Amino acid sequence: MDALLKTPLYSLYKDSGAKIVDFARWALPIQFEGILQEHHMVREAAGLFDVSHMGEIEVKGKDALPYLNYIMTNGISRLKINQVLYTVMVNEQGGTLDDVMIYHFNNNHYWIIANASNRIKDFNWMLKHADGFEVEINDISDNAAQLALQGPNAAKILKAAAGEESEQIRFFRFKESVDVNGTSCLISRTGYTGEDGFELYCKPEDAASLWEYLLEVGKKYGLKPAGLGCRDTLRFEACLHLYGNELSEDISPLEAGLGWLVKFDKDEFIGKPALEEQAKPGPKRKLIGFELLGKGIPRGDYKVQKDGNAIGYVTTGYMAPTLKKSLGLALVDSTCSEIGENIDVMIRGKAVKAVIIETPFYSKNYKK
Amino acid sequence: MTILNELLYSKEHEWVKVEGNLARLGITDHAQSELGDVVYLELPEVDDEFSADDAIGVVESVKAASDLYTPVSGKVVEVNEELPDNPEAINEDPYGSWMIVLEMDDDSELKNLLSPEEYKEFCEQEG
Repeated sequence: MDALLKTPLYSLYKDSGAKIVDFARWALPIQFEGILQEHHMVREAAGLFDVSHMGEIEVKGKDALPYLNYIMTNGISRLKINQVLYTVMVNEQGGTLDDVMIYHFNNNHYWIIANASNRIKDFNWMLKHADGFEVEINDISDNAAQLALQGPNAAKILKAAAGEESEQIRFFRFKESVDVNGTSCLISRTGYTGEDGFELYCKPEDAASLWEYLLEVGKKYGLKPAGLGCRDTLRFEACLHLYGNELSEDISPLEAGLGWLVKFDKDEFIGKPALEEQAKPGPKRKLIGFELLGKGIPRGDYKVQKDGNAIGYVTTGYMAPTLKKSLGLALVDSTCSEIGENIDVMIRGKAVKAVIIETPFYSKNYKK
Repeated sequence: MTILNELLYSKEHEWVKVEGNLARLGITDHAQSELGDVVYLELPEVDDEFSADDAIGVVESVKAASDLYTPVSGKVVEVNEELPDNPEAINEDPYGSWMIVLEMDDDSELKNLLSPEEYKEFCEQEG
């Protein structure tokens, strides 16, 4: 673990019995007590995640808006002040470079929240495609820690920790300079679990005291630390994409079911011609959700067949903890992607029957 | 980590309880702890025959699938049929959660197994 990058919270949990793993070259806790227990805790009460490994790239300058409209597929113009937007960034072939969140401070100032594994690639790509735009692009990741407070009790906990106003932040909105026990935080109502929740950004040197304070305030609401293991099972049940699984440079947003993030009515943007070309007949592959009918658990990269013919592969699969079913996401030929259609998942050389079902597998109607 | 004195152990982290010419198999406390929450188990059937080090089944945690191996050769004479319906029992009571009983072909293979002391040392070395 010595050669790995560490978040400002590493020293707090390294001796706590948490299981630490190498995640995108970061030493991060996959679990504190157990993945299933933490999963249920977030669904039923609340969990606190250290997500300080996420990258933050700042874009400033008078061309910030047209620049972001050029390198991102989603429409940045309609973003309001203090609003957050989910989008992808694609290459000229329409392959997905990353899926990111954009924080809009004003038309001259944005944050891009990048996946840890893509942070350097994204930053270099953004610099490379900034010619002709008056923008300043900085990787500020080392100046920001990030905690995710997630679960049905998250709003109550934040209210107790930071006052009434913080709890009133609406879904996909953020508020700057919120005082949380003396720590200045940027707080957005966002997350990656399918539950209500918040993400809090602060200076790295404040992260440990913020972490401990939130855990203390949240104790009576059932709040405990949660690891990356349950972060993945939670996002999977809610069918939120994971870069490297459901998205990659080999997978377009149209194939991944993220066509809603691609605004063809915008002016030129990188990848637009390639994606238009794909959209006309429709993408050749499609991301689908399925339930395994036979025994076993589908895992990433397992092959998918239809009548003995290869049609694709599993991108993520689990014994879903909340739904208690063996479920998977798979990228398959569009010709075999109808809801209700039967497919076979190859598990250790055996074809196991599965049926294509509606996604997301899990959705909760929390306040948005 | 619990290691029971009356059992023998494999480097694949299975325990073996010798009962005459029969060997009762399960996975160790160390193995269940490394795996994390066990959510799925696949076992062989009675009368299946295996050689030492063959994969006899699969144990899956939330995150990953791992093969189960037999450290001794023989024929399956009993299978814990209830265990696949309650795989979490493996986490709660690894030494109570036996998986299969093999009728051994050659009990001299037991020499290749580790004593409780040797197994403890082996786990410590693996870190």
